[in-house]
Amino acid sequence: MIRKTFENEIQQVKDEVLLLGSMVEHAIIGAVEALKKRDLKASEKIIIEDKEVNKKRFAIENQLMILIATQQPMAHDLRLLASTMEIISELERMGDYAKGIANINLLMGEEKLLKPLIDVPRMAEKGVSMLHRALTAFVNEDVEAAHAIPLEDDEVDELYTQVYHELMMFVIQDPKSIERANWLLWVAHNLERVADRVTNICERTIFIATGEFSEIGSSDG
Amino acid sequence: MQNNQTPEYAIETKDLSIHYGSFVAVSNVNIKVERLKITAIIGPSGCGKSTLLRAFNRMNDFVPSSHVTGEILLHGQNLYGKNVDPVQVRRKIGMVFQKPNPFPKSIYENISWGAKINGFKGNMDDLVEQSLRSAALWDEVKDKLKKSAYELSGGQQQRLCIARTIAIQPDIILMDEPASALDPISTLRIEELMQELKKNYTIIIVTHNMQQAARVSDYTAMMMIDDKRSGGVIEFDDTKKIFTRPKDKRTEDYVTGRFG
Repeated sequence: MIRKTFENEIQQVKDEVLLLGSMVEHAIIGAVEALKKRDLKASEKIIIEDKEVNKKRFAIENQLMILIATQQPMAHDLRLLASTMEIISELERMGDYAKGIANINLLMGEEKLLKPLIDVPRMAEKGVSMLHRALTAFVNEDVEAAHAIPLEDDEVDELYTQVYHELMMFVIQDPKSIERANWLLWVAHNLERVADRVTNICERTIFIATGEFSEIGSSDG
Repeated sequence: MQNNQTPEYAIETKDLSIHYGSFVAVSNVNIKVERLKITAIIGPSGCGKSTLLRAFNRMNDFVPSSHVTGEILLHGQNLYGKNVDPVQVRRKIGMVFQKPNPFPKSIYENISWGAKINGFKGNMDDLVEQSLRSAALWDEVKDKLKKSAYELSGGQQQRLCIARTIAIQPDIILMDEPASALDPISTLRIEELMQELKKNYTIIIVTHNMQQAARVSDYTAMMMIDDKRSGGVIEFDDTKKIFTRPKDKRTEDYVTGRFG
């Protein structure tokens, strides 16, 4: 292997991306869990930890820029490094969604949840599962998986629609519940966006492996 | 693609092979070089890049055992046709070499010499100025035209050689590693100059420096030797494609530095 050093550095970047991904997964699940339990302390912690997510993203970005400057990547290497730049930005934004959910919990303060959370945690689990597998597909450049995962976005969309209708019912029955319904709708919206961004990661993975830009899935993200 | 020698092509090869005795150094090249574009030839050492380049202006004729099969068409005419004078070919297709090789004469004479030999009848001062301006050298040398070309820096000498080539008013300029002996700033200057020159000339450049090929060229020909050690063009495409999503695995391995 002529470019062993470069290969090792690429592997390190991939490891860091996985680490960033797991921080984001943790934040999303944690944010919804904290909301479900109305645990304000846990939400505060997630907001603080989001700074670490941002820091990690910048660290990887820096690593990528150094590699681009020093190794002059071409072809597959270039696609990988340029796309990774994109992917870490997707991850950071997903971290922001988790932070957004944590903020909503704080905003709700002592208010009770409008309803026990059932579908919202399902959306979070589904989105995080998709994210986890999308990052595995990215690391392995698994084109097949990258094509398949975005199709699951429909399930998240369906859950979102369900949550939306349910919340609208509450609002119709009791217009005073509008603010609390709106909070939960924002939470669901954030989770819906997580799945959309997973699709973007999958599209990047396909580009890295094949050089083809493709729009996949049914999402608008 | 099969439309023969349409005007947008400056030069075209048909089943071109270059032989040294019984050895086939370059085999079966079929490429069309677009007019007023820069075409780079890249590939590992010994793959026949320079041999192919030299075939374009019959420089290989100086190697006694060499001969060419197939055709190189310039305006539909085979450069290796029976009645073609290689000197005339070199007038139409100029060459710049790896190391600057000015004549041991004044800056002025370096430009005027070739023109004089070629029977240039116009205003020589104008030709010298124009050529030096085209080579982005005029401002640096206008006050010392009578000085020896050897007093110039390496980068200036190379631009002088380019000016000398331009003075003959060729259609095509061949460049064999034109910046490999120059420092980075002089290199960038030559590269910038190439972008200016391609407004009027078709350029074919051989380079080992892949970043340079990626920076300066519009098209790239990737060469590689086969199992008989003959060089050939394995991929010829838009430079952007060659460096971002090449089709051939061997090109991919070469441009990403994993060849071998």
